[in-house]
Amino acid sequence: MSEAVRAEAPTASRPAIAEVRESKMRTRHVDLWYGAKQALFDVDLDINANEVTALIGPSGCGKSTYLRCLNRMNDTIDICRTEGDIRLDGEDIYDRSVDVVELRARVGMVFQKPNPFPKSIYDNVAYGPRIHGLVGTKAELDALVEESLTRAALWGEVKDRLADPGNGLSGGQQQRLCIARAIAVGPEVILMDEPCSALDPIATAHIEELIDDLKREFTIVIVTHSMQQAARVSQRTAFFHLGKLIEVGETDDIFTSPQQQMTQDYITGRFG
Amino acid sequence: MTREHIVQSFDVAIDELVNTIAELGGLAEAQVAGALAALTQRDMAAADQVRTTDARLDALEEKVDQMAVRLFALRQPMGVDLRLIAMSLKISNDLERIGDYASSIAKRAKRLVGEPSVQATASLGRMGHLVQDMLSDVVDAYVERDVRKGMSVWHRDAEVDDFYDSLFREIITYVLEDPRTTSACIDLLFIAKNLERIGDHATNIAERLHYVVHGDRINRARSETA
Repeated sequence: MSEAVRAEAPTASRPAIAEVRESKMRTRHVDLWYGAKQALFDVDLDINANEVTALIGPSGCGKSTYLRCLNRMNDTIDICRTEGDIRLDGEDIYDRSVDVVELRARVGMVFQKPNPFPKSIYDNVAYGPRIHGLVGTKAELDALVEESLTRAALWGEVKDRLADPGNGLSGGQQQRLCIARAIAVGPEVILMDEPCSALDPIATAHIEELIDDLKREFTIVIVTHSMQQAARVSQRTAFFHLGKLIEVGETDDIFTSPQQQMTQDYITGRFG
Repeated sequence: MTREHIVQSFDVAIDELVNTIAELGGLAEAQVAGALAALTQRDMAAADQVRTTDARLDALEEKVDQMAVRLFALRQPMGVDLRLIAMSLKISNDLERIGDYASSIAKRAKRLVGEPSVQATASLGRMGHLVQDMLSDVVDAYVERDVRKGMSVWHRDAEVDDFYDSLFREIITYVLEDPRTTSACIDLLFIAKNLERIGDHATNIAERLHYVVHGDRINRARSETA
Protein backbone atom coordinates (compact mmCIF):
# COMPACT_ATOMS: atom_id res chain seq x y z
CA MET A 1 0.00 0.00 0.00
CA SER A 2 2.69 2.48 0.92
CA GLU A 3 4.31 2.12 -2.49
CA ALA A 4 1.03 2.97 -4.17
CA VAL A 5 0.70 6.07 -2.05
CA ARG A 6 4.25 7.12 -2.77
CA ALA A 7 3.62 6.76 -6.46
CA GLU A 8 0.95 9.44 -6.30
CA ALA A 9 3.28 12.13 -5.15
CA PRO A 10 6.59 13.26 -6.53
CA THR A 11 8.96 12.76 -3.62
CA ALA A 12 12.16 14.66 -3.24
CA SER A 13 14.86 12.09 -3.62
CA ARG A 14 17.59 11.98 -1.05
CA PRO A 15 20.65 13.92 -2.10
CA ALA A 16 23.13 11.60 -3.75
CA ILE A 17 26.48 11.38 -2.05
CA ALA A 18 28.60 13.37 -4.38
CA GLU A 19 32.05 12.12 -3.52
CA VAL A 20 32.97 8.49 -3.94
CA ARG A 21 34.39 7.52 -0.60
CA GLU A 22 37.40 5.32 -0.29
CA SER A 23 36.92 2.18 1.73
CA LYS A 24 39.74 1.46 4.14
CA MET A 25 38.51 -1.98 5.11
CA ARG A 26 36.28 -4.29 3.18
CA THR A 27 34.66 -7.45 4.50
CA ARG A 28 32.80 -9.98 2.39
CA HIS A 29 30.85 -13.10 3.37
CA VAL A 30 32.18 -13.11 6.91
CA ASP A 31 30.96 -16.11 8.90
CA LEU A 32 32.19 -16.82 12.39
CA TRP A 33 31.67 -19.71 14.78
CA TYR A 34 32.36 -20.12 18.49
CA GLY A 35 32.68 -23.90 18.48
CA ALA A 36 29.45 -25.19 16.93
CA LYS A 37 27.56 -21.95 17.45
CA GLN A 38 27.54 -19.58 14.52
CA ALA A 39 27.85 -15.95 15.67
CA LEU A 40 28.20 -14.07 12.36
CA PHE A 41 26.37 -14.80 9.13
CA ASP A 42 27.60 -13.62 5.76
CA VAL A 43 28.51 -10.07 6.79
CA ASP A 44 29.40 -7.72 3.93
CA LEU A 45 30.49 -4.31 5.12
CA ASP A 46 32.81 -1.55 3.92
CA ILE A 47 34.57 0.70 6.41
CA ASN A 48 35.23 4.07 4.79
CA ALA A 49 38.52 5.84 5.31
CA ASN A 50 38.58 8.85 7.67
CA GLU A 51 35.08 8.24 8.84
CA VAL A 52 33.55 6.92 12.01
CA THR A 53 31.48 3.80 11.47
CA ALA A 54 29.21 2.87 14.36
CA LEU A 55 28.10 -0.71 14.97
CA ILE A 56 24.84 -0.95 16.90
CA GLY A 57 22.47 -3.73 17.91
CA PRO A 58 21.20 -5.57 20.97
CA SER A 59 23.51 -7.58 23.22
CA GLY A 60 24.68 -10.74 21.53
CA CYS A 61 24.01 -9.42 18.03
CA GLY A 62 27.62 -9.96 16.94
CA LYS A 63 28.77 -6.36 16.71
CA SER A 64 31.74 -6.78 19.08
CA THR A 65 32.57 -10.14 17.50
CA TYR A 66 32.62 -8.47 14.10
CA LEU A 67 34.76 -5.62 15.44
CA ARG A 68 37.31 -8.12 16.75
CA CYS A 69 37.54 -9.75 13.31
CA LEU A 70 38.98 -6.51 11.96
CA ASN A 71 42.30 -6.92 13.77
CA ARG A 72 42.12 -10.66 14.39
CA MET A 73 41.53 -10.33 18.12
CA ASN A 74 39.32 -13.39 17.81
CA ASP A 75 42.46 -15.42 17.04
CA THR A 76 43.10 -15.42 20.78
CA ILE A 77 39.94 -17.47 21.34
CA ASP A 78 40.70 -21.14 20.70
CA ILE A 79 37.23 -22.27 19.66
CA CYS A 80 36.67 -19.32 17.34
CA ARG A 81 36.73 -19.93 13.58
CA THR A 82 36.41 -17.14 11.01
CA GLU A 83 35.64 -17.52 7.31
CA GLY A 84 35.23 -14.99 4.56
CA ASP A 85 37.28 -12.18 3.16
CA ILE A 86 38.53 -9.28 5.30
CA ARG A 87 40.80 -6.75 3.67
CA LEU A 88 42.75 -3.73 4.83
CA ASP A 89 43.74 -1.51 1.90
CA GLY A 90 43.02 -4.47 -0.36
CA GLU A 91 45.25 -6.91 1.58
CA ASP A 92 43.73 -10.04 3.05
CA ILE A 93 44.44 -9.71 6.78
CA TYR A 94 43.87 -13.42 7.36
CA ASP A 95 46.58 -14.34 4.86
CA ARG A 96 49.30 -16.62 6.26
CA SER A 97 51.97 -14.05 5.49
CA VAL A 98 50.37 -11.43 7.71
CA ASP A 99 52.21 -10.65 10.96
CA VAL A 100 49.38 -10.34 13.49
CA VAL A 101 51.37 -8.10 15.84
CA GLU A 102 52.03 -5.72 12.98
CA LEU A 103 48.40 -5.91 11.91
CA ARG A 104 47.28 -4.89 15.40
CA ALA A 105 49.62 -1.92 15.27
CA ARG A 106 47.92 -0.85 12.04
CA VAL A 107 44.47 -1.64 13.41
CA GLY A 108 44.54 -0.56 17.05
CA MET A 109 41.93 -1.20 19.67
CA VAL A 110 40.42 0.59 22.65
CA PHE A 111 38.32 -1.47 25.03
CA GLN A 112 35.22 -0.94 27.09
CA LYS A 113 37.02 -0.75 30.39
CA PRO A 114 40.13 1.42 30.39
CA ASN A 115 43.05 -1.00 30.77
CA PRO A 116 46.28 0.95 31.24
CA PHE A 117 49.36 -1.15 31.91
CA PRO A 118 50.47 -1.10 35.55
CA LYS A 119 53.19 1.32 34.57
CA SER A 120 53.75 5.06 34.51
CA ILE A 121 51.74 7.31 32.22
CA TYR A 122 54.88 7.81 30.14
CA ASP A 123 55.60 4.10 29.82
CA ASN A 124 52.03 3.25 28.88
CA VAL A 125 52.45 5.36 25.75
CA ALA A 126 56.14 4.55 25.17
CA TYR A 127 55.66 0.78 25.40
CA GLY A 128 54.31 0.22 21.87
CA PRO A 129 56.81 2.40 20.02
CA ARG A 130 59.65 0.70 21.96
CA ILE A 131 58.63 -2.87 21.12
CA HIS A 132 57.89 -1.99 17.51
CA GLY A 133 61.25 -0.20 17.27
CA LEU A 134 59.62 2.99 16.01
CA VAL A 135 62.07 5.38 17.67
CA GLY A 136 65.85 5.59 17.92
CA THR A 137 66.59 8.03 20.72
CA LYS A 138 65.15 9.05 24.06
CA ALA A 139 64.44 12.50 22.61
CA GLU A 140 62.45 10.95 19.77
CA LEU A 141 60.52 8.81 22.21
CA ASP A 142 59.79 11.84 24.43
CA ALA A 143 58.51 13.70 21.40
CA LEU A 144 56.32 10.79 20.33
CA VAL A 145 54.85 10.40 23.85
CA GLU A 146 54.06 14.10 23.97
CA GLU A 147 52.55 14.05 20.50
CA SER A 148 50.40 10.99 21.24
CA LEU A 149 49.15 12.39 24.54
CA THR A 150 48.42 15.71 22.85
CA ARG A 151 46.42 14.05 20.09
CA ALA A 152 44.51 12.11 22.74
CA ALA A 153 43.69 15.45 24.42
CA LEU A 154 45.42 14.38 27.63
CA TRP A 155 48.81 16.12 27.54
CA GLY A 156 47.72 19.26 29.37
CA GLU A 157 46.38 17.22 32.26
CA VAL A 158 49.36 14.89 32.71
CA LYS A 159 52.46 16.67 31.45
CA ASP A 160 53.69 17.41 34.95
CA ARG A 161 53.21 13.89 36.27
CA LEU A 162 54.30 11.56 33.50
CA ALA A 163 56.04 9.29 36.01
CA ASP A 164 52.82 8.72 38.00
CA PRO A 165 51.08 5.37 37.53
CA GLY A 166 48.60 5.29 34.65
CA ASN A 167 45.96 3.58 36.69
CA GLY A 168 45.96 6.50 39.15
CA LEU A 169 44.15 8.66 36.58
CA SER A 170 40.37 9.10 36.48
CA GLY A 171 38.35 6.69 34.31
CA GLY A 172 37.99 9.18 31.49
CA GLN A 173 41.68 10.08 31.62
CA GLN A 174 42.61 6.38 31.63
CA GLN A 175 40.53 5.86 28.51
CA ARG A 176 42.25 8.77 26.79
CA LEU A 177 45.58 7.26 27.91
CA CYS A 178 44.56 4.01 26.19
CA ILE A 179 43.73 6.00 23.07
CA ALA A 180 47.14 7.73 23.27
CA ARG A 181 48.73 4.29 23.62
CA ALA A 182 46.90 3.08 20.50
CA ILE A 183 47.83 6.22 18.55
CA ALA A 184 51.53 6.02 19.52
CA VAL A 185 52.26 3.07 17.22
CA GLY A 186 50.89 4.92 14.21
CA PRO A 187 47.73 2.97 13.45
CA GLU A 188 45.53 3.51 10.40
CA VAL A 189 42.33 2.16 11.91
CA ILE A 190 41.19 2.43 15.54
CA LEU A 191 38.58 -0.02 16.82
CA MET A 192 36.64 1.09 19.88
CA ASP A 193 34.53 -1.37 21.81
CA GLU A 194 32.06 0.64 23.90
CA PRO A 195 34.78 3.09 24.91
CA CYS A 196 32.47 5.27 27.01
CA SER A 197 30.28 2.74 28.76
CA ALA A 198 32.27 3.02 31.98
CA LEU A 199 32.51 6.80 31.86
CA ASP A 200 30.41 9.68 33.19
CA PRO A 201 28.78 12.15 30.75
CA ILE A 202 31.58 14.71 30.96
CA ALA A 203 34.31 12.12 30.35
CA THR A 204 32.13 10.74 27.54
CA ALA A 205 31.90 14.19 25.96
CA HIS A 206 35.72 14.45 26.02
CA ILE A 207 36.05 11.09 24.26
CA GLU A 208 33.42 12.01 21.68
CA GLU A 209 35.17 15.29 20.98
CA LEU A 210 38.39 13.34 20.60
CA ILE A 211 36.80 10.82 18.20
CA ASP A 212 35.58 13.68 16.05
CA ASP A 213 39.08 15.06 15.95
CA LEU A 214 40.82 11.72 15.35
CA LYS A 215 38.81 10.81 12.29
CA ARG A 216 40.77 13.35 10.25
CA GLU A 217 43.81 11.13 10.57
CA PHE A 218 42.39 7.72 11.33
CA THR A 219 39.55 5.48 10.33
CA ILE A 220 37.41 4.64 13.34
CA VAL A 221 34.99 1.81 14.02
CA ILE A 222 33.03 2.09 17.24
CA VAL A 223 30.72 -0.37 18.95
CA THR A 224 28.27 1.41 21.20
CA HIS A 225 25.13 0.62 23.12
CA SER A 226 24.16 4.27 23.12
CA MET A 227 22.23 5.08 19.98
CA GLN A 228 22.52 8.75 20.76
CA GLN A 229 26.28 8.33 20.84
CA ALA A 230 26.25 6.47 17.53
CA ALA A 231 24.14 9.27 16.06
CA ARG A 232 26.47 11.93 17.43
CA VAL A 233 29.88 10.54 16.53
CA SER A 234 29.47 8.48 13.37
CA GLN A 235 28.98 9.15 9.69
CA ARG A 236 27.81 5.63 8.90
CA THR A 237 25.91 3.21 11.09
CA ALA A 238 25.53 -0.55 10.76
CA PHE A 239 22.76 -2.37 12.61
CA PHE A 240 23.37 -5.99 13.57
CA HIS A 241 20.85 -8.52 14.83
CA LEU A 242 21.43 -12.19 15.69
CA GLY A 243 24.75 -12.21 13.88
CA LYS A 244 23.45 -10.64 10.68
CA LEU A 245 24.03 -7.20 9.28
CA ILE A 246 20.46 -5.94 8.89
CA GLU A 247 21.07 -2.47 7.55
CA VAL A 248 23.94 -0.09 6.95
CA GLY A 249 23.68 3.49 5.79
CA GLU A 250 24.36 7.14 6.42
CA THR A 251 23.92 7.78 10.14
CA ASP A 252 21.51 10.64 9.46
CA ASP A 253 19.26 8.30 7.49
CA ILE A 254 19.50 5.35 9.88
CA PHE A 255 18.31 7.41 12.85
CA THR A 256 15.62 9.41 11.08
CA SER A 257 14.32 7.14 8.33
CA PRO A 258 15.71 3.61 8.46
CA GLN A 259 14.64 1.33 5.63
CA GLN A 260 14.22 -1.89 7.61
CA GLN A 261 11.39 -2.42 10.08
CA MET A 262 13.76 -4.24 12.45
CA THR A 263 16.09 -1.23 12.55
CA GLN A 264 13.12 1.03 13.14
CA ASP A 265 11.89 -1.12 16.02
CA TYR A 266 15.34 -1.21 17.61
CA ILE A 267 16.19 2.49 17.40
CA THR A 268 12.76 3.54 18.65
CA GLY A 269 12.80 1.17 21.61
CA ARG A 270 10.11 -1.20 20.32
CA PHE A 271 12.31 -4.25 20.15
CA GLY A 272 11.40 -7.67 21.45
CA MET B 1 1.63 3.08 14.55
CA THR B 2 3.69 -0.07 14.54
CA ARG B 3 4.18 -2.09 17.66
CA GLU B 4 4.34 -0.60 21.12
CA HIS B 5 7.39 0.75 22.90
CA ILE B 6 9.07 -1.32 25.59
CA VAL B 7 8.58 1.70 27.87
CA GLN B 8 4.80 2.06 28.01
CA SER B 9 4.82 5.59 29.38
CA PHE B 10 6.45 6.65 26.08
CA ASP B 11 3.38 5.37 24.22
CA VAL B 12 1.12 7.16 26.67
CA ALA B 13 2.98 10.45 26.13
CA ILE B 14 2.89 10.07 22.34
CA ASP B 15 -0.84 9.32 22.41
CA GLU B 16 -1.38 12.40 24.52
CA LEU B 17 0.58 14.50 22.02
CA VAL B 18 -1.41 13.16 19.07
CA ASN B 19 -4.70 13.69 20.92
CA THR B 20 -3.79 17.28 21.74
CA ILE B 21 -3.09 17.94 18.06
CA ALA B 22 -6.40 16.27 17.17
CA GLU B 23 -8.13 18.57 19.64
CA LEU B 24 -6.36 21.59 18.15
CA GLY B 25 -7.36 20.37 14.67
CA GLY B 26 -11.01 20.02 15.68
CA LEU B 27 -10.95 23.51 17.13
CA ALA B 28 -9.38 24.93 13.96
CA GLU B 29 -12.12 23.27 11.90
CA ALA B 30 -14.80 24.84 14.13
CA GLN B 31 -13.13 28.22 13.82
CA VAL B 32 -13.13 28.07 10.02
CA ALA B 33 -16.78 26.93 10.03
CA GLY B 34 -17.69 29.83 12.35
CA ALA B 35 -15.83 32.34 10.18
CA LEU B 36 -17.64 31.09 7.07
CA ALA B 37 -21.02 31.30 8.85
CA ALA B 38 -20.16 34.87 9.82
CA LEU B 39 -19.27 35.64 6.21
CA THR B 40 -22.04 33.92 4.28
CA GLN B 41 -24.93 34.10 6.76
CA ARG B 42 -23.90 37.33 8.45
CA ASP B 43 -23.97 35.43 11.73
CA MET B 44 -22.38 37.94 14.10
CA ALA B 45 -22.64 35.66 17.13
CA ALA B 46 -20.48 33.16 15.24
CA ALA B 47 -18.01 35.94 14.40
CA ASP B 48 -17.71 36.92 18.07
CA GLN B 49 -17.34 33.30 19.09
CA VAL B 50 -14.46 32.85 16.62
CA ARG B 51 -12.73 35.96 17.94
CA THR B 52 -12.92 34.82 21.56
CA THR B 53 -11.98 31.19 20.90
CA ASP B 54 -8.70 32.07 19.19
CA ALA B 55 -6.85 32.20 22.50
CA ARG B 56 -7.66 28.53 23.10
CA LEU B 57 -5.83 27.54 19.91
CA ASP B 58 -2.81 29.53 20.99
CA ALA B 59 -2.86 27.78 24.36
CA LEU B 60 -3.11 24.33 22.75
CA GLU B 61 -0.24 25.10 20.41
CA GLU B 62 1.86 26.03 23.39
CA LYS B 63 0.83 22.83 25.13
CA VAL B 64 2.00 20.81 22.10
CA ASP B 65 5.33 22.70 22.19
CA GLN B 66 5.84 21.82 25.84
CA MET B 67 4.92 18.18 25.35
CA ALA B 68 7.23 17.82 22.35
CA VAL B 69 10.16 19.51 24.08
CA ARG B 70 9.67 17.25 27.09
CA LEU B 71 9.60 14.16 24.87
CA PHE B 72 12.81 15.26 23.13
CA ALA B 73 14.49 15.75 26.50
CA LEU B 74 13.28 12.55 28.14
CA ARG B 75 13.21 10.06 25.27
CA GLN B 76 15.72 11.31 22.70
CA PRO B 77 13.40 9.92 20.05
CA MET B 78 14.68 8.27 16.88
CA GLY B 79 13.20 7.13 13.58
CA VAL B 80 9.44 7.38 13.25
CA ASP B 81 9.09 8.75 16.81
CA LEU B 82 11.53 11.54 16.01
CA ARG B 83 9.63 12.39 12.84
CA LEU B 84 6.27 12.33 14.60
CA ILE B 85 7.36 14.55 17.48
CA ALA B 86 9.33 16.98 15.31
CA MET B 87 6.41 17.32 12.89
CA SER B 88 3.93 17.79 15.75
CA LEU B 89 5.63 21.13 16.40
CA LYS B 90 5.07 22.18 12.81
CA ILE B 91 1.55 20.80 12.48
CA SER B 92 0.41 22.56 15.64
CA ASN B 93 1.84 25.76 14.22
CA ASP B 94 -0.06 25.19 10.94
CA LEU B 95 -3.29 24.72 12.89
CA GLU B 96 -2.69 27.77 15.05
CA ARG B 97 -2.12 29.86 11.91
CA ILE B 98 -5.33 28.49 10.41
CA GLY B 99 -7.07 29.71 13.55
CA ASP B 100 -5.55 33.17 13.06
CA TYR B 101 -6.86 33.31 9.49
CA ALA B 102 -10.32 32.24 10.66
CA SER B 103 -10.22 34.99 13.25
CA SER B 104 -9.20 37.52 10.63
CA ILE B 105 -12.07 36.43 8.36
CA ALA B 106 -14.51 36.80 11.26
CA LYS B 107 -13.24 40.32 11.91
CA ARG B 108 -13.73 41.30 8.26
CA ALA B 109 -17.13 39.60 8.12
CA LYS B 110 -18.29 41.87 10.93
CA ARG B 111 -17.10 44.93 9.06
CA LEU B 112 -18.79 43.77 5.85
CA VAL B 113 -22.22 43.89 7.51
CA GLY B 114 -22.22 47.67 7.21
CA GLU B 115 -21.11 47.62 3.57
CA PRO B 116 -23.11 47.20 0.35
CA SER B 117 -23.36 43.51 -0.46
CA VAL B 118 -21.13 42.13 -3.20
CA GLN B 119 -21.92 39.09 -5.31
CA ALA B 120 -18.46 37.61 -4.72
CA THR B 121 -19.51 36.57 -1.22
CA ALA B 122 -21.24 33.50 -2.67
CA SER B 123 -18.10 32.44 -4.56
CA LEU B 124 -16.09 32.97 -1.40
CA GLY B 125 -18.49 30.68 0.41
CA ARG B 126 -17.82 27.93 -2.14
CA MET B 127 -14.07 28.41 -1.83
CA GLY B 128 -14.50 28.33 1.92
CA HIS B 129 -16.27 24.97 1.80
CA LEU B 130 -13.51 23.54 -0.37
CA VAL B 131 -10.91 24.68 2.16
CA GLN B 132 -13.05 23.49 5.05
CA ASP B 133 -13.24 19.99 3.56
CA MET B 134 -9.49 19.95 3.03
CA LEU B 135 -8.90 20.89 6.64
CA SER B 136 -11.36 18.34 7.95
CA ASP B 137 -9.85 15.58 5.80
CA VAL B 138 -6.28 16.40 6.71
CA VAL B 139 -7.06 16.38 10.43
CA ASP B 140 -8.74 12.97 9.99
CA ALA B 141 -5.80 11.77 7.90
CA TYR B 142 -3.41 12.83 10.65
CA VAL B 143 -5.34 11.05 13.38
CA GLU B 144 -5.73 7.91 11.26
CA ARG B 145 -2.16 8.09 9.84
CA ASP B 146 -3.85 7.84 6.44
CA VAL B 147 -1.33 9.13 3.91
CA ARG B 148 -3.67 8.39 1.02
CA LYS B 149 -6.30 10.70 2.46
CA GLY B 150 -3.60 13.27 3.18
CA MET B 151 -2.45 13.13 -0.42
CA SER B 152 -5.98 13.77 -1.68
CA VAL B 153 -5.88 17.02 0.30
CA TRP B 154 -2.48 17.80 -1.13
CA HIS B 155 -3.79 17.42 -4.67
CA ARG B 156 -6.80 19.66 -3.98
CA ASP B 157 -4.63 22.65 -3.15
CA ALA B 158 -4.18 23.46 -6.83
CA GLU B 159 -7.96 23.83 -7.07
CA VAL B 160 -7.93 26.34 -4.21
CA ASP B 161 -5.17 28.30 -5.90
CA ASP B 162 -7.20 28.42 -9.13
CA PHE B 163 -10.27 29.48 -7.18
CA TYR B 164 -8.28 32.30 -5.61
CA ASP B 165 -7.00 33.51 -8.97
CA SER B 166 -10.47 33.59 -10.46
CA LEU B 167 -11.96 35.25 -7.37
CA PHE B 168 -9.25 37.88 -7.51
CA ARG B 169 -10.26 38.76 -11.07
CA GLU B 170 -13.95 38.65 -10.18
CA ILE B 171 -13.54 41.02 -7.22
CA ILE B 172 -11.46 43.48 -9.24
CA THR B 173 -14.26 43.52 -11.82
CA TYR B 174 -16.78 44.51 -9.12
CA VAL B 175 -14.56 47.37 -8.01
CA LEU B 176 -14.30 48.64 -11.57
CA GLU B 177 -18.05 48.32 -12.10
CA ASP B 178 -19.03 50.07 -8.89
CA PRO B 179 -16.30 51.94 -6.99
CA ARG B 180 -18.63 52.30 -3.98
CA THR B 181 -17.90 48.63 -3.24
CA THR B 182 -14.15 49.22 -3.07
CA SER B 183 -13.93 48.99 0.70
CA ALA B 184 -16.02 45.79 0.83
CA CYS B 185 -14.08 44.32 -2.05
CA ILE B 186 -10.76 44.92 -0.30
CA ASP B 187 -12.07 42.98 2.68
CA LEU B 188 -13.29 40.20 0.38
CA LEU B 189 -9.90 40.04 -1.33
CA PHE B 190 -8.22 39.63 2.02
CA ILE B 191 -10.71 36.95 2.97
CA ALA B 192 -9.98 35.11 -0.27
CA LYS B 193 -6.27 35.34 0.48
CA ASN B 194 -6.87 34.04 4.01
CA LEU B 195 -8.80 31.06 2.66
CA GLU B 196 -6.05 30.36 0.18
CA ARG B 197 -3.52 30.41 3.03
CA ILE B 198 -5.68 28.02 5.08
CA GLY B 199 -5.53 25.66 2.09
CA ASP B 200 -1.74 26.02 2.06
CA HIS B 201 -1.50 25.10 5.73
CA ALA B 202 -3.78 22.08 5.24
CA THR B 203 -1.46 21.06 2.41
CA ASN B 204 1.56 21.55 4.68
CA ILE B 205 -0.01 19.18 7.18
CA ALA B 206 -0.49 16.57 4.43
CA GLU B 207 3.20 16.91 3.54
CA ARG B 208 4.26 16.57 7.15
CA LEU B 209 2.09 13.48 7.57
CA HIS B 210 3.75 11.95 4.53
CA TYR B 211 7.14 12.59 6.14
CA VAL B 212 6.03 11.13 9.48
CA VAL B 213 4.81 7.92 7.87
CA HIS B 214 7.32 7.39 5.05
CA GLY B 215 10.37 9.38 6.13
CA ASP B 216 10.71 11.19 2.83
CA ARG B 217 9.43 14.50 1.70
CA ILE B 218 7.00 15.34 -1.05
CA ASN B 219 8.51 17.46 -3.75
CA ARG B 220 7.22 20.94 -3.05
CA ALA B 221 7.88 22.14 -6.57
CA ARG B 222 4.73 20.37 -7.74
CA SER B 223 2.86 23.58 -8.51
CA GLU B 224 5.53 24.63 -10.97
CA THR B 225 5.45 21.27 -12.75
CA ALA B 226 1.71 20.64 -12.52
